Amino acid sequence: MNGQGDAMRDVATDEGYVTADGRKIGGVAMEMRNITLRFGGVVAIKDISFDIRWGEIRAIIGPNGAGKSSMLNVISGFYHPQEGDVIFKGYKRPKMRPYQVARMGIARTFQNIALFEGMSVLDNIMTGRLHHMKANLFQQAMWWGSAQREEDANREQVEKIIDFLEIQHIRKTPVARLPYGLKKRVELARALAAEPSILLLDEPMAGMNVEEKEDMSRFILDVNDEFGTTTVLIEHDMGVVMDLSDRVVVMDYGKKIGDGTPEEVRNNEDVIKAYLGVAHE
Amino acid sequence: MLYREAGDFKTSYVADNQTFPIKFDRYGYYFILGFAFLVMPLIINDYWANSIVVPFLIYAIAALGLNILIGYCGQLSLGTGAFMAVGAYGSYKLMTAFPELNIVFVIILAGFVTAAVGVLFGLPSLRIKGFYLAVATLAAQFFLIWLFTRTAWFYNYSPTGMISAPERFVFGQAVTGPRASAVSMYMICLVFTVATAWLARNLTRGSLGRQWMAIRDMDIAAEIIGVNPLMAKLTAFAVSSFFVGISGALLFTVYLGAAEAGEAFGIDKSFLVLFMVIIGGLGSIFGAFAGAAFLIIGPVLLKLLLVNGLGWPTDLAAHLEVMIIGALILVFLIVEPHGIAALWRTIKEKLRLWPFPY
Repeated sequence: MNGQGDAMRDVATDEGYVTADGRKIGGVAMEMRNITLRFGGVVAIKDISFDIRWGEIRAIIGPNGAGKSSMLNVISGFYHPQEGDVIFKGYKRPKMRPYQVARMGIARTFQNIALFEGMSVLDNIMTGRLHHMKANLFQQAMWWGSAQREEDANREQVEKIIDFLEIQHIRKTPVARLPYGLKKRVELARALAAEPSILLLDEPMAGMNVEEKEDMSRFILDVNDEFGTTTVLIEHDMGVVMDLSDRVVVMDYGKKIGDGTPEEVRNNEDVIKAYLGVAHE
Repeated sequence: MLYREAGDFKTSYVADNQTFPIKFDRYGYYFILGFAFLVMPLIINDYWANSIVVPFLIYAIAALGLNILIGYCGQLSLGTGAFMAVGAYGSYKLMTAFPELNIVFVIILAGFVTAAVGVLFGLPSLRIKGFYLAVATLAAQFFLIWLFTRTAWFYNYSPTGMISAPERFVFGQAVTGPRASAVSMYMICLVFTVATAWLARNLTRGSLGRQWMAIRDMDIAAEIIGVNPLMAKLTAFAVSSFFVGISGALLFTVYLGAAEAGEAFGIDKSFLVLFMVIIGGLGSIFGAFAGAAFLIIGPVLLKLLLVNGLGWPTDLAAHLEVMIIGALILVFLIVEPHGIAALWRTIKEKLRLWPFPY
């Protein structure tokens, strides 16, 4: 533990604040409290606490193997930490299966694209709207009536997202045929289709060229702007992180070594050491 | 130029979501349905019904069911024969216990019984995947057949150990028993086949179908975006077994008339339906029909060609028939591993642009 998280809390009171570019950041949406995650003898995350505020873009950065993805997996309920609590919307979250977490409004994308390759782009995105669809098996088997109405209503929402992310032309294409950059975008679309309250992005720009990165950055900012979606971002490209995010958590070897605005983090000595190495006297 | 989609614009999501979005397809489908319902009953005879059309329709239902499980949900099953037996024995018990009950309801209820049994044997799928699951369903195959041959209650203590379907009527026409006419047998199978195909299409194009496919394509990602794997897998087992059960009930009541579990619903039935699904095309409704047609009609056509056409002796033709069908299966799988449905899709894509591909 170091004191920076607490220092941050003094600056931003619980009512939230307004950023320099005029976006309103709300109170605490989710708080990670003393999370420790072990795999056998390996400690992946060691006693980490931080919070995520409504409407902000929160980045988690750190060198390879720092435990960033593990952290995201804890948030999305895929890993269950041995110690510590996840506080969501003010309540301690009980141990849940990942699909239950998803139904609470936490959607994510994956580091290695995890789209459903056998399905079309449209079907992939429609799958994201799963918990907005209530028709039961028998209604769906009959199709006419409620199931069809529901399908169309959700299709309309999905089309909005398709327009928003500019992927109209590949709507009916099987995902397996798409190039990498578009796949990443479809994955973002699938996560957005859930209308999440918190969106987790695991390295959305990994393996992209500059142009694709610019597109993706624009989409992330637009999503945040338009829908006010709280976004948690893991990214290696420092330029992107510093430009996009409101606050940054820095991890190294499973520990938190920094937390604050991009400027604060940039000037943090521990962070500089972790990234540039320690000078040996 | 006949087959095209240019100018066929959709102005609503309902229109875009329909089963046959291309006009030409739709009319073709109406034509086939009209032919099947209006013309076939007039021209069908006992030979056609017994050796081609009725078994094709019945196995198409089984293939539809297995295709939902394997092709859509990615859960491998080798227990199809046993689930057909559950449908058959279920319908037999229902027919003898409630003689007043209409045969149509008996068959549907037998489907529900099979669905329940299918869910029970689908439970291992929550823990095991792929080949291991196939082996677990193999246990269902052997256990259920053993149960049906050893427990006298299931065949009403008949001394032969066989079950035989009593005569039942629909609209005054005998559909089961020795007096059932070719037309009535054909019509009841056709109605069930069309109804199950329609149900299968509805289920696979909606939210449930997407959940199944999500589990098939990447189960961990599916769970993280909100698919409940327990529900998705068990509904797939239930729906699949429902169809397979209906198919088994029809096979016993309408087609065979009398059956013995080990003989009629052995492991070879499981493999037969599995081959239909694989050859027809995984994850395609059309594929289920194509696969059933290939494996049911193929041998008959071949026999007609060899015996009647070329005048070969029947026994020689019978042996060659097996070899040729086997070779054809291999050729098909090498040329188009995704089955006849994929081949059909490629042809359609080509036809869309024909004759001006640029």
